Amino acid sequence: MIIEGHALCLGPDIDTDVIIAGRYLRTRDRSEWARHAFEDLDPTLSSRLEGTVILAGKNFGCGSSREQAAIALKEAGVRGVIAPSFARIFYRNAINVGLPVIECECTCSDGEMVRADPAAGKVAIGDRSYLTRPLSPRMREILSAGGLVSYWRGRR
Amino acid sequence: MSTLSEQILGAPAGDYVDCPVDRSYVHDGTGVLTLEAWRAMQAGVLARPDRCYVLFDHIVPANNSVTAGLQQDLRMFAREHGLNFTDVGEGICHQLMGEGIALPGEIIVGADSHTCTLGAFGAFATGVGATDMAAIWAEGGTWFRVPETIAIRLHGALALPAEAKDLALTYVARLTMDGATYRALEFVGDGAATLSIYSRMTLSNLAVETGAKAGLFYADGATCRYLEGYGHHARPQQPGECCYERELHIDMSAVVPVVAVPPRVDTIRPVEEMEGLPLDQVFVGTCTNGRYEDLQRFSAMVKGKRVKVRTLIAPASRNVLARATGSGVLSDLVRSGCTILPPGCGPCLGAHQGVLGEGEVCLSTANRNFRNRMGVGGEIYLGSVSTAAASALAGALASPGAVR
Repeated sequence: MIIEGHALCLGPDIDTDVIIAGRYLRTRDRSEWARHAFEDLDPTLSSRLEGTVILAGKNFGCGSSREQAAIALKEAGVRGVIAPSFARIFYRNAINVGLPVIECECTCSDGEMVRADPAAGKVAIGDRSYLTRPLSPRMREILSAGGLVSYWRGRR
Repeated sequence: MSTLSEQILGAPAGDYVDCPVDRSYVHDGTGVLTLEAWRAMQAGVLARPDRCYVLFDHIVPANNSVTAGLQQDLRMFAREHGLNFTDVGEGICHQLMGEGIALPGEIIVGADSHTCTLGAFGAFATGVGATDMAAIWAEGGTWFRVPETIAIRLHGALALPAEAKDLALTYVARLTMDGATYRALEFVGDGAATLSIYSRMTLSNLAVETGAKAGLFYADGATCRYLEGYGHHARPQQPGECCYERELHIDMSAVVPVVAVPPRVDTIRPVEEMEGLPLDQVFVGTCTNGRYEDLQRFSAMVKGKRVKVRTLIAPASRNVLARATGSGVLSDLVRSGCTILPPGCGPCLGAHQGVLGEGEVCLSTANRNFRNRMGVGGEIYLGSVSTAAASALAGALASPGAVR
């Protein structure tokens, strides 16, 4: 699995309330979450998420366990999230919904081309390259299956 | 010897383990997505429905027909498949699991980040998302990475007017919002024994605000006496010499009333330095501070007086509300001008009941003050129940020392 997209730089400690606000949670319409992603940070951001790789600061996805946060990003067309560290529930949620997440400390400049290989633990941004810890085999399998639901069905 | 997390999960820190889950729970918020993932998995039957709980607390009673429909679907599912179910008005999931259900040594997983609250009982309790929970419904277990542990070594005892919430905000500020990511916290030392079960729940509750996976107390005599009240014969857990990744020492007698300043839980200021900050709303409740002792403390301070600002009180459970009704605490609260909300999460997550308007400022006893959480443009200061009472009377942020 290779992740490719244009860099979108975000700061540290982005909480899941900011990714998708509590007022939008009660629906089954996933496009609703994509439409309102990051609304309280920047109302114009959700329309620019398609085809991006988010390069965030530390502790991305802290706070509430709401899985809608990971789903919102995936639905909005985010290809993956790269950050020095993730809040653990968001990290598990992302893998479970098929949104690639990579722990890596790297420099970000908006719009640069990002290419990452989570299996090999390689990240390339513009002309810079980084080595990071590869995802565990189980996480890679879940991601390749498109998420935990299809992984689980495939194993039966 | 090993940490409490290592003892319960049965492996050293760093190992990946597949464990049966003793109890799992969802609420009306995360339960909807869990049910959706569960249906997509086409798993057929739940592995252990008697070990699964569905507890309605987030938007209770339903605020509109969309919410009502989603709740009805989950309610019917719980009944048809034999999951333990509590409906609107029974209370907050973490509180109900703490009323004689969670036991020392258990592995408890909740589809809510504040599941760590139950670490107060010596359980390994942690939050997951909806899809993880659906797999737990199907398999009866899940995988964990056994966490390294940071010890919070508590010395001495709290001195009035400081309370457990001030201690909790103090340790969060010391560790910072990601200082314990992927780690477990263990609250140890002579100071831990001085804390009531309710105070321990407040401390464990805030563990996730440091990124921690769990926040555990060793079950002791107080834990066993508390559980005895619910008909359980629990045994104390024995702390031993073990390998903590690091230790944080806190002198409890030096803790003072503090508030967490928006929008970060780890940015605290002494209340004394913030006195006079005008407030539009005071909110008392949540899985952090909505227990009987909290309502009692608040009412003792406002009894016979009149609050000067919109004050909302949400008991954490029906049992809490019933106790407050029986003891007269409830009528004191109502007479002093407080508005009582049904047992549940209330306005904590900004979905209904007490949403803040643009520019409004709220002092809340909850656990999160993230940007816009309680309403777009609203600001949240987090503080103790005593600080909330003093502030409600003053109509502005006030130190509890002056009122007591």
